[in-house]
Amino acid sequence: MTIPINWYLLVAAGLFSIGLYGVLSRRNAIGILMGIELMLNAVNINLIAFWRYLDPVRMTGQVFAIFVFTVAAAEVAVGLALVIAIYRNRDTIVIEEIDLLKE
Amino acid sequence: MVPIIIFGLSALITLGAALAVVTNKNILHSAFYLVLAFAGVASLYVLLEAPFIAVVQVLIYIGAIAILIVFAIMLTRRIGSDDLIQRNAQWIWAAMGAAGLFLVLGWIVYSVNWPVVTQIVPEDTITILGQELLSTYVIPFEVASVLLLAALVGSIIIGRERE
Repeated sequence: MTIPINWYLLVAAGLFSIGLYGVLSRRNAIGILMGIELMLNAVNINLIAFWRYLDPVRMTGQVFAIFVFTVAAAEVAVGLALVIAIYRNRDTIVIEEIDLLKE
Repeated sequence: MVPIIIFGLSALITLGAALAVVTNKNILHSAFYLVLAFAGVASLYVLLEAPFIAVVQVLIYIGAIAILIVFAIMLTRRIGSDDLIQRNAQWIWAAMGAAGLFLVLGWIVYSVNWPVVTQIVPEDTITILGQELLSTYVIPFEVASVLLLAALVGSIIIGRERE
Protein backbone atom coordinates (compact mmCIF):
# COMPACT_ATOMS: atom_id res chain seq x y z
CA MET A 1 0.00 0.00 0.00
CA THR A 2 1.32 3.43 -0.93
CA ILE A 3 0.94 6.56 1.16
CA PRO A 4 -2.04 8.66 -0.03
CA ILE A 5 -1.33 12.24 -1.15
CA ASN A 6 -3.75 13.55 1.52
CA TRP A 7 -1.34 12.60 4.31
CA TYR A 8 1.48 14.72 2.87
CA LEU A 9 -0.88 17.64 2.29
CA LEU A 10 -2.15 17.35 5.87
CA VAL A 11 1.42 17.36 7.30
CA ALA A 12 2.21 20.42 5.17
CA ALA A 13 -0.97 22.16 6.37
CA GLY A 14 0.00 21.46 9.98
CA LEU A 15 3.54 22.76 9.44
CA PHE A 16 2.19 25.92 7.76
CA SER A 17 -0.23 26.58 10.64
CA ILE A 18 2.51 26.08 13.25
CA GLY A 19 4.75 28.50 11.33
CA LEU A 20 1.90 31.03 11.13
CA TYR A 21 1.43 30.80 14.91
CA GLY A 22 5.17 31.42 15.37
CA VAL A 23 5.09 34.48 13.09
CA LEU A 24 2.07 35.98 14.87
CA SER A 25 3.04 35.23 18.48
CA ARG A 26 6.83 35.81 18.72
CA ARG A 27 8.19 39.10 20.07
CA ASN A 28 11.69 38.34 18.82
CA ALA A 29 12.42 39.26 15.19
CA ILE A 30 14.59 36.14 14.74
CA GLY A 31 11.71 33.99 16.07
CA ILE A 32 9.46 35.49 13.40
CA LEU A 33 12.04 34.64 10.71
CA MET A 34 12.10 31.03 11.97
CA GLY A 35 8.30 30.87 11.62
CA ILE A 36 8.58 32.10 8.02
CA GLU A 37 11.15 29.36 7.30
CA LEU A 38 8.70 26.71 8.61
CA MET A 39 5.95 28.10 6.33
CA LEU A 40 8.26 28.00 3.27
CA ASN A 41 9.12 24.37 4.10
CA ALA A 42 5.41 23.50 4.22
CA VAL A 43 4.95 25.03 0.74
CA ASN A 44 7.87 22.96 -0.58
CA ILE A 45 6.39 19.71 0.81
CA ASN A 46 3.18 20.54 -1.09
CA LEU A 47 5.08 21.26 -4.33
CA ILE A 48 7.03 17.98 -4.18
CA ALA A 49 3.92 15.96 -3.21
CA PHE A 50 1.99 17.41 -6.17
CA TRP A 51 4.94 16.65 -8.48
CA ARG A 52 5.16 13.04 -7.23
CA TYR A 53 1.43 12.23 -7.38
CA LEU A 54 0.02 14.41 -10.19
CA ASP A 55 2.83 14.82 -12.76
CA PRO A 56 5.98 12.75 -12.04
CA VAL A 57 7.28 12.70 -15.63
CA ARG A 58 7.86 16.42 -16.10
CA MET A 59 10.07 18.18 -13.56
CA THR A 60 8.03 21.37 -13.10
CA GLY A 61 7.31 20.74 -9.41
CA GLN A 62 10.95 20.09 -8.51
CA VAL A 63 12.14 23.15 -10.47
CA PHE A 64 9.58 25.28 -8.63
CA ALA A 65 10.81 23.89 -5.28
CA ILE A 66 14.40 24.83 -6.21
CA PHE A 67 13.30 28.42 -6.87
CA VAL A 68 11.56 28.49 -3.48
CA PHE A 69 14.89 27.38 -1.92
CA THR A 70 16.69 30.22 -3.71
CA VAL A 71 14.20 32.86 -2.60
CA ALA A 72 14.27 31.50 0.99
CA ALA A 73 18.08 31.77 1.11
CA ALA A 74 17.99 35.35 -0.23
CA GLU A 75 15.18 36.28 2.19
CA VAL A 76 16.95 34.94 5.28
CA ALA A 77 20.25 36.67 4.38
CA VAL A 78 18.59 40.09 3.92
CA GLY A 79 16.30 39.55 6.95
CA LEU A 80 19.14 38.70 9.33
CA ALA A 81 21.23 41.63 8.02
CA LEU A 82 18.27 43.92 8.81
CA VAL A 83 17.92 42.39 12.30
CA ILE A 84 21.60 42.94 13.05
CA ALA A 85 21.50 46.53 11.70
CA ILE A 86 18.46 47.31 13.89
CA TYR A 87 20.13 45.70 16.92
CA ARG A 88 23.23 47.85 16.37
CA ASN A 89 21.21 51.09 16.14
CA ARG A 90 18.43 50.53 18.71
CA ASP A 91 19.98 47.84 20.98
CA THR A 92 16.84 45.67 20.74
CA ILE A 93 15.16 43.27 18.33
CA VAL A 94 11.85 43.05 20.20
CA ILE A 95 9.32 43.93 17.53
CA GLU A 96 7.12 46.08 19.79
CA GLU A 97 10.04 48.37 20.67
CA ILE A 98 10.95 49.01 17.02
CA ASP A 99 8.40 51.80 16.44
CA LEU A 100 10.41 54.59 14.79
CA LEU A 101 7.70 55.25 12.20
CA LYS A 102 4.99 55.67 14.88
CA GLU A 103 6.62 58.67 16.53
CA MET B 1 4.11 -1.22 5.59
CA VAL B 2 7.68 0.08 6.09
CA PRO B 3 7.11 3.37 4.14
CA ILE B 4 4.07 4.12 6.31
CA ILE B 5 6.09 3.67 9.52
CA ILE B 6 8.88 5.90 8.15
CA PHE B 7 6.31 8.48 7.03
CA GLY B 8 4.69 8.49 10.47
CA LEU B 9 8.03 8.92 12.23
CA SER B 10 9.13 11.74 9.89
CA ALA B 11 5.80 13.56 10.20
CA LEU B 12 5.88 13.21 14.00
CA ILE B 13 9.48 14.51 14.23
CA THR B 14 8.76 17.39 11.85
CA LEU B 15 5.57 18.59 13.54
CA GLY B 16 6.89 18.02 17.08
CA ALA B 17 10.11 19.91 16.38
CA ALA B 18 8.15 22.71 14.66
CA LEU B 19 5.91 23.05 17.75
CA ALA B 20 9.04 23.24 19.90
CA VAL B 21 10.44 25.95 17.58
CA VAL B 22 7.45 28.24 18.06
CA THR B 23 6.85 27.58 21.80
CA ASN B 24 10.33 27.18 23.35
CA LYS B 25 11.26 29.98 25.76
CA ASN B 26 14.95 29.93 24.87
CA ILE B 27 15.40 31.23 21.31
CA LEU B 28 18.71 29.33 20.87
CA HIS B 29 16.98 26.01 21.66
CA SER B 30 14.32 27.00 19.10
CA ALA B 31 17.07 27.28 16.48
CA PHE B 32 18.30 23.76 17.28
CA TYR B 33 14.75 22.37 17.07
CA LEU B 34 14.51 24.15 13.69
CA VAL B 35 17.40 21.94 12.46
CA LEU B 36 15.44 18.85 13.58
CA ALA B 37 12.31 20.06 11.75
CA PHE B 38 14.35 20.64 8.56
CA ALA B 39 15.80 17.10 8.84
CA GLY B 40 12.28 15.66 9.17
CA VAL B 41 11.20 17.52 6.02
CA ALA B 42 14.28 16.15 4.21
CA SER B 43 13.24 12.57 5.06
CA LEU B 44 9.74 13.34 3.69
CA TYR B 45 11.43 14.38 0.40
CA VAL B 46 13.29 11.04 0.32
CA LEU B 47 9.95 9.23 0.78
CA LEU B 48 8.54 11.29 -2.13
CA GLU B 49 11.38 9.98 -4.37
CA ALA B 50 13.02 13.40 -4.79
CA PRO B 51 16.63 12.68 -3.69
CA PHE B 52 18.09 15.89 -5.15
CA ILE B 53 15.59 18.07 -3.27
CA ALA B 54 16.38 16.16 -0.05
CA VAL B 55 20.13 16.78 -0.44
CA VAL B 56 19.53 20.46 -1.26
CA GLN B 57 17.31 20.70 1.84
CA VAL B 58 20.14 19.41 4.04
CA LEU B 59 22.77 21.60 2.34
CA ILE B 60 20.85 24.90 2.19
CA TYR B 61 18.41 24.76 5.11
CA ILE B 62 20.47 22.86 7.71
CA GLY B 63 23.92 23.82 6.42
CA ALA B 64 23.33 27.49 5.66
CA ILE B 65 20.06 28.96 6.90
CA ALA B 66 19.99 27.31 10.35
CA ILE B 67 23.66 28.17 10.97
CA LEU B 68 23.02 31.78 9.86
CA ILE B 69 20.12 32.02 12.33
CA VAL B 70 22.31 30.65 15.15
CA PHE B 71 24.94 33.29 14.26
CA ALA B 72 22.34 36.07 14.40
CA ILE B 73 21.10 34.85 17.81
CA MET B 74 24.67 34.78 19.13
CA LEU B 75 25.29 38.34 17.85
CA THR B 76 22.16 39.61 19.62
CA ARG B 77 22.74 37.53 22.74
CA ARG B 78 21.03 39.73 25.33
CA ILE B 79 17.72 39.05 23.58
CA GLY B 80 18.16 35.28 23.73
CA SER B 81 18.19 34.97 27.51
CA ASP B 82 15.64 32.78 29.27
CA ASP B 83 13.95 35.40 31.44
CA LEU B 84 12.65 37.49 28.54
CA ILE B 85 8.97 36.98 27.66
CA GLN B 86 9.07 35.55 24.14
CA ARG B 87 5.42 35.71 23.14
CA ASN B 88 3.31 38.81 22.77
CA ALA B 89 -0.08 39.72 24.26
CA GLN B 90 -2.20 38.45 21.38
CA TRP B 91 -0.68 34.94 21.30
CA ILE B 92 -4.02 33.31 22.18
CA TRP B 93 -5.67 34.92 19.13
CA ALA B 94 -2.70 33.84 17.02
CA ALA B 95 -3.15 30.24 18.24
CA MET B 96 -6.88 30.29 17.47
CA GLY B 97 -6.26 31.78 14.01
CA ALA B 98 -3.60 29.15 13.21
CA ALA B 99 -5.89 26.32 14.42
CA GLY B 100 -8.74 27.70 12.29
CA LEU B 101 -6.48 27.89 9.24
CA PHE B 102 -5.43 24.26 9.82
CA LEU B 103 -9.07 23.13 10.00
CA VAL B 104 -9.92 24.99 6.76
CA LEU B 105 -6.86 23.56 4.95
CA GLY B 106 -7.63 20.04 6.22
CA TRP B 107 -11.24 20.35 5.03
CA ILE B 108 -10.02 21.48 1.58
CA VAL B 109 -7.48 18.61 1.38
CA TYR B 110 -10.18 16.04 2.07
CA SER B 111 -12.98 17.62 0.01
CA VAL B 112 -10.98 17.91 -3.25
CA ASN B 113 -10.69 14.80 -5.39
CA TRP B 114 -7.00 14.96 -6.40
CA PRO B 115 -6.40 13.64 -9.96
CA VAL B 116 -3.64 11.24 -8.87
CA VAL B 117 -1.86 9.47 -11.76
CA THR B 118 -0.34 6.00 -11.46
CA GLN B 119 2.80 6.78 -13.49
CA ILE B 120 6.08 5.82 -11.83
CA VAL B 121 8.93 8.29 -11.32
CA PRO B 122 11.56 8.10 -14.13
CA GLU B 123 14.87 6.37 -13.35
CA ASP B 124 17.35 9.26 -13.26
CA THR B 125 15.37 12.29 -12.13
CA ILE B 126 18.54 14.25 -11.36
CA THR B 127 19.76 14.08 -15.00
CA ILE B 128 16.35 15.14 -16.34
CA LEU B 129 16.16 17.92 -13.75
CA GLY B 130 19.57 19.28 -14.79
CA GLN B 131 18.66 19.22 -18.48
CA GLU B 132 15.30 20.93 -17.83
CA LEU B 133 16.94 23.64 -15.69
CA LEU B 134 19.34 24.56 -18.52
CA SER B 135 16.86 24.26 -21.41
CA THR B 136 13.17 24.85 -20.61
CA TYR B 137 13.71 26.85 -17.43
CA VAL B 138 16.95 28.64 -18.36
CA ILE B 139 15.53 32.19 -18.05
CA PRO B 140 14.06 31.68 -14.52
CA PHE B 141 17.38 30.00 -13.62
CA GLU B 142 19.36 33.10 -14.67
CA VAL B 143 16.85 35.43 -12.96
CA ALA B 144 17.32 33.42 -9.74
CA SER B 145 21.08 33.96 -9.95
CA VAL B 146 20.55 37.73 -10.37
CA LEU B 147 18.24 37.66 -7.32
CA LEU B 148 20.94 35.89 -5.27
CA LEU B 149 23.55 38.47 -6.34
CA ALA B 150 21.22 41.35 -5.42
CA ALA B 151 20.49 39.77 -2.00
CA LEU B 152 24.24 39.26 -1.41
CA VAL B 153 25.11 42.89 -2.20
CA GLY B 154 22.08 44.19 -0.30
CA SER B 155 22.78 42.24 2.89
CA ILE B 156 26.44 43.36 2.89
CA ILE B 157 25.40 47.02 2.52
CA ILE B 158 22.67 46.77 5.20
CA GLY B 159 24.82 44.83 7.65
CA ARG B 160 28.12 46.70 7.46
CA GLU B 161 29.30 49.17 10.09
CA ARG B 162 28.81 52.87 9.29
CA GLU B 163 32.02 54.79 9.83
